[in-house]
Amino acid sequence: MRFVRRNLLRVVAILVLVYLFIPIAVVAILSFNKPSGKFNISWNAFSTDAWTNLCGVPGVCSSFVTSIQIGLIATVVATALGTMIAFALVRYRFRGRSTTNLLIFLPMATPEVVMGSSLLALFLNLRFPLGQWTVIIAHIMFIISFVVVTVKARLQGLDPRLEEAARDLYANPRATFRYVTLPLVAPGIAGAALLGFSLSFDDFIISYFNAGTLVTFPIFIWGAAQRGIPVQVNALATLVFAIALLIVLGSQVVNYRRRRKLMSA
Amino acid sequence: MSPILVAEPAKPVVVAQRRSRTGYILLFPGLTWLAIFFAIPFITLFMTSLQQPVPGKMGKYQAGFELSNYANAMAEYWPQFLRSFIYAGIATLLALVIAFPLAYFIAMKGGRWRPLLLVLVIAPSFASFLLRTYAWRTILSDEGPITSFFNALHLLPDDRILNTGIAVVAGLTYNFLPFMILPLYAAIEKIDPRLIEASSDLYASASTTFRKVTWPLSLPGVVAGTLLTFIPAAGDYINAELLGSTKDRMIGNVIQTNFIEFRDYPTASALSFVLMAVILVMVFTYIRRAGTEELV
Repeated sequence: MRFVRRNLLRVVAILVLVYLFIPIAVVAILSFNKPSGKFNISWNAFSTDAWTNLCGVPGVCSSFVTSIQIGLIATVVATALGTMIAFALVRYRFRGRSTTNLLIFLPMATPEVVMGSSLLALFLNLRFPLGQWTVIIAHIMFIISFVVVTVKARLQGLDPRLEEAARDLYANPRATFRYVTLPLVAPGIAGAALLGFSLSFDDFIISYFNAGTLVTFPIFIWGAAQRGIPVQVNALATLVFAIALLIVLGSQVVNYRRRRKLMSA
Repeated sequence: MSPILVAEPAKPVVVAQRRSRTGYILLFPGLTWLAIFFAIPFITLFMTSLQQPVPGKMGKYQAGFELSNYANAMAEYWPQFLRSFIYAGIATLLALVIAFPLAYFIAMKGGRWRPLLLVLVIAPSFASFLLRTYAWRTILSDEGPITSFFNALHLLPDDRILNTGIAVVAGLTYNFLPFMILPLYAAIEKIDPRLIEASSDLYASASTTFRKVTWPLSLPGVVAGTLLTFIPAAGDYINAELLGSTKDRMIGNVIQTNFIEFRDYPTASALSFVLMAVILVMVFTYIRRAGTEELV
């Protein structure tokens, strides 16, 4: 009975994982499709046209590049601001801690449509021109919290004895930070940056409210959905997915090896 | 909302916290950004929601105190409001049922595969949200196996799934599932497996053990996951737009079209403000139980 139950759980767990990947499989498979009409929805014939001519449809690649630019700028700024907050939360005592916690949590718990519309209300009232910069400002705003949470988790997991040891060995605070703390927290910061970039790159709702006439990759997809999404979009999305997965799995392997090496040492 | 956050469980280590100016300097730029571009916009949103039209000029509004904007907006759009909460509620329940076995499996039986399994849970978010949602048009298409299966059992009121509320709920459930799995995982991972063993040693059946031990101990994760799934689902309009018909529109659709297409800023702002108010009530109820330290 117990045997059956344990395997039932495993089967259900695997089925749920498979379910998570079904739509991605559909996206990837359809990137090799030659659609019969304008809508790339059902399988027609095999073709690698989209992959060999990734920029073949006007607007696809320019919107893709726009999203990458926005993602890079927003990620760099948000990662810096968020990391600083995380350090303050873990290492310093200050007044207004619960207000701070709330101000960091709320952007993660606010529906995007509310954040997008309220920020647009601000820009409209200030007569601030909509475009790349308003989107970047918006992205930094909603990414900061995710950076804080990710870096904070890493900082809290640090063994304080490592920094104590550095101090005992006469390292001044700056050297301790530079040679001990920062390298230990770096993976957390890198993870936060990766998360931030993927959130920015994939954001549609907040961007759409604040973009004006600017077209990011998700906004391009949204517009194309009405008249048929070009196969190139599927190919690019599949490519992004594969690259992100490789980065994350690669870092997992590196982590695993490092841990094993430490264990055996 | 995000997934990766819970991926690395933190072992809190007590570090001597210093009180110095440095702390405030570190907080200042980030919190200022959030204050200007997150908190203050709510004030402008509220002010916009009270604006009145400039007489004779379409699409122009001036400062005012038109509380009737709220009454009018709610009178016209309460069905979309109600629908949003119903769809989001059903999707959240479904997500809980689907997520629990996987979260439990990863936490209790994952062993050294745990990090990899968690990566697999968040990996789908690396593919475009819009395209993943759009892919459900293919999966749930009228000639597809899923629709045929349910039609054979005569379970579908409209003989189809696509362009009905069922497709919207299915899309919402799928899209926000990781937000349910990860908090559940974080809570279940903290459960001491010996408690479950003890329960079965004392001759509790599997279902009694679940009811009396596992479920109560995973409640923090259930509450957090429910909140993190329900909130984005209630505000979402991508699923309703791509998978539903005009009869399945949610409050997000209304806010978006009123703001961007009709330029009826006061109505859209009023709706957005009400949505936020409802969600704030939920968040604060949660905080009163859990405190703010657990939030971030």
